[in-house]
Amino acid sequence: MTGDKRILISPGPHLWSGLSVSKIMYLVTLALILPSGAGVYFFGYRALLVMVTSVATAVLTEYVSKKLRKRAFVMDWSAVVTGLLLALTISPTVPLWMVVIGSAFSIGIVKEAFGGLGHNIFNPALGGRAFMATCFPAEMTTWVLPAGFVADAVTCATPLNESFAFPADKLSLYKALFMGNVGGSIGETSTLLILIGGLLLLVLGIINWRIPLAYIGTVALLTFALGQDAIFHILAGGLMLGAFFMATDYVTSPITNKGRIIFGVGAGVLTVVIRLFGGMPEGVCFSILFMNALTPLIDRYIKVRPYGLKKAGEK
Amino acid sequence: MNFKLNWRGTSYGVKLPEAKLTAVSPIERAPLPEKVIITLHQNIGAPCKPLVKRGDKVLTGQKIGDSEKFVSAPVHATISGEISGTTMLVHPATGQLVEALIISSDGTDEWVVPEAKDAIDTLSVEEILKRIREAGIVGLGGAAFPTQVKLSPPKDKRIDTVILNGCECEPYITSDHRVMLEYGREVLSGLNIIRKVLSPDNMYIAIEDNKQDAIEHVRKLLASMKLDRNCKIVTLKSKYPMGAEKTLIQNILAREVPIGGLPMDVGVVVHNVSTARAIHDAVSERKPFIERVVTVTGAVKEPKNLLVRLGTPLRDLIENCGGIDGEANEIILGGPMMGISQFDLGFPVIKGTNCILLKKSMQSKEGDCISCGRCLDACPMSLMPTMLVKYAKAGRYDACKEAYIADCFECGACAYACPANIPIVQYIKIAKSELIKRAAKK
Repeated sequence: MTGDKRILISPGPHLWSGLSVSKIMYLVTLALILPSGAGVYFFGYRALLVMVTSVATAVLTEYVSKKLRKRAFVMDWSAVVTGLLLALTISPTVPLWMVVIGSAFSIGIVKEAFGGLGHNIFNPALGGRAFMATCFPAEMTTWVLPAGFVADAVTCATPLNESFAFPADKLSLYKALFMGNVGGSIGETSTLLILIGGLLLLVLGIINWRIPLAYIGTVALLTFALGQDAIFHILAGGLMLGAFFMATDYVTSPITNKGRIIFGVGAGVLTVVIRLFGGMPEGVCFSILFMNALTPLIDRYIKVRPYGLKKAGEK
Repeated sequence: MNFKLNWRGTSYGVKLPEAKLTAVSPIERAPLPEKVIITLHQNIGAPCKPLVKRGDKVLTGQKIGDSEKFVSAPVHATISGEISGTTMLVHPATGQLVEALIISSDGTDEWVVPEAKDAIDTLSVEEILKRIREAGIVGLGGAAFPTQVKLSPPKDKRIDTVILNGCECEPYITSDHRVMLEYGREVLSGLNIIRKVLSPDNMYIAIEDNKQDAIEHVRKLLASMKLDRNCKIVTLKSKYPMGAEKTLIQNILAREVPIGGLPMDVGVVVHNVSTARAIHDAVSERKPFIERVVTVTGAVKEPKNLLVRLGTPLRDLIENCGGIDGEANEIILGGPMMGISQFDLGFPVIKGTNCILLKKSMQSKEGDCISCGRCLDACPMSLMPTMLVKYAKAGRYDACKEAYIADCFECGACAYACPANIPIVQYIKIAKSELIKRAAKK
């Protein structure tokens, strides 16, 4: 019997969900438009300029890295996500050439030098941010009050700084933090829009609830236990953005559900320790990076119990 | 009787597009083929030796191949005519070469003289098992394990529960669905025979909630046949792979078959509804297993559920359905998830063939794993498919073994869900065969 040349033989399954890596990254980009929009609303065109610069540099760096590594360049939106996330975590006043350096470092060193998407140990955006914080400490910690498109920028302290001028009543502070009307990084100020974006990703099944819940929950419980204002601590700084958009990065977080909870709790504890006892006002970036480093270890020791394997102690 | 799934039941697996194009198409009898090809190895277990030679005249239902081994099932002539030759075929599931007999039809479909029918109540268990074996029945859900072996558990294994599987969780396939609707009485009669053999305390008929008509129909039949006292219908969520033996046991009984074990180790036997129908035909009607319902679907002009003589070439059935319609470059024997693509339309329907699916290949480029964990969520066996792939790629087959690779039954839910399009099942198959090779060397 002879075969037919038009017939294709392929291994099963012969169906595919169609939810590709590229589609996932695209959906993350869409969800990020909300906090990005808030950034532009509060900090004006300068914020937009930072974002565009960061994204363009990220995509360009990815292209050049792939060419240098002699790999095919695929526009899979992951570089866009990295570029955008980096922009959202820095002050709108950072000089653009520094943004270019940070973004190029994110993609070129933190991601591509380790083998590209899927092989990087650290979250590229946070890696880039940490690099910038080390290289340009002054510029990275100069914050301005939200002024929209009209007024000149006035420098201020972020709520996590000791010099921050706290309003008299707590409710107006919470409201300002929730809506985003405070000084800070471009995309971290509006808790409301980050939450909407994060919930969107949760509902679409793009991110898993375990890391954000464990992370934010740990920060809330620990600050409360230490006699701090827990609500203030979960609303202020980059916690929401970090918990929903960066700690949930697939590649750099554990693969098992149990591991994800460990990751979230670990990041939460570290964030509180850095905020309350460390030399820096904010600890989200470094706590996630630290947990990124622990992720291979977590994945090595936390396994799923396979079907039919007796639980320990069972006869 | 409604059942709540235990919590794990809803947490794994994948939701698939159903594409049950033929759910409302009544079963049609396919015209008698001019020629059939009967492979001598259609099931798990030992192959048959031919009992006839070239030039012999055979009658429909005549045994033409058998084996003395316990785990085996005889094969029968499915049309009357002459043995016109033998050939070697690539077995669709194992990929090994198997011998096959070709029968050219004489057009009369003359049957062997059937043996006398008798009341089932008077039969001994041994006689029932003998009739099932002689009829050549194997599990029709896909695994094709000889049925009488499954019905003869060792003495120390008490079977307390029988599950009749009408889940049909793969997209496209509707053969079991239509069998339940159109041969419901025979299916339940078959279940009654199984009950006689195993005398279990409980019996369940498992059907997914996308087949409400079958659930209603079987419910009514159970009552009218007075079988509803210790037999319950379980409605299960339509999720893949709900119909897999081990997941079914977990979902209905909250029992887990131990690693490397069989359902009988937890007191359960699972049979497919079409198998039950074949048992009825063999024991009550004394008809050997020579025809089955096959769903011919996908890119054909007129998708159908056909009652087909075993050994009919795929080409005949596709032509019967109006031929290929639109773009299709894959012929899949079985469903889109666990089915195996064939390279030859001349290949015959065998006992385990429940579906012929024509479709356009969805193959695309394999990307890098992004550790999203979707394969872990999908795996019904709670394995870590991406780790198995990583070990397999690195040639660390012992690590695969330690990660329970043998427990994977290759349902493909992981690969379906994988955003990076990694052919996970393929890597697992490679690692498994490497491990088998290594074990053989020792």
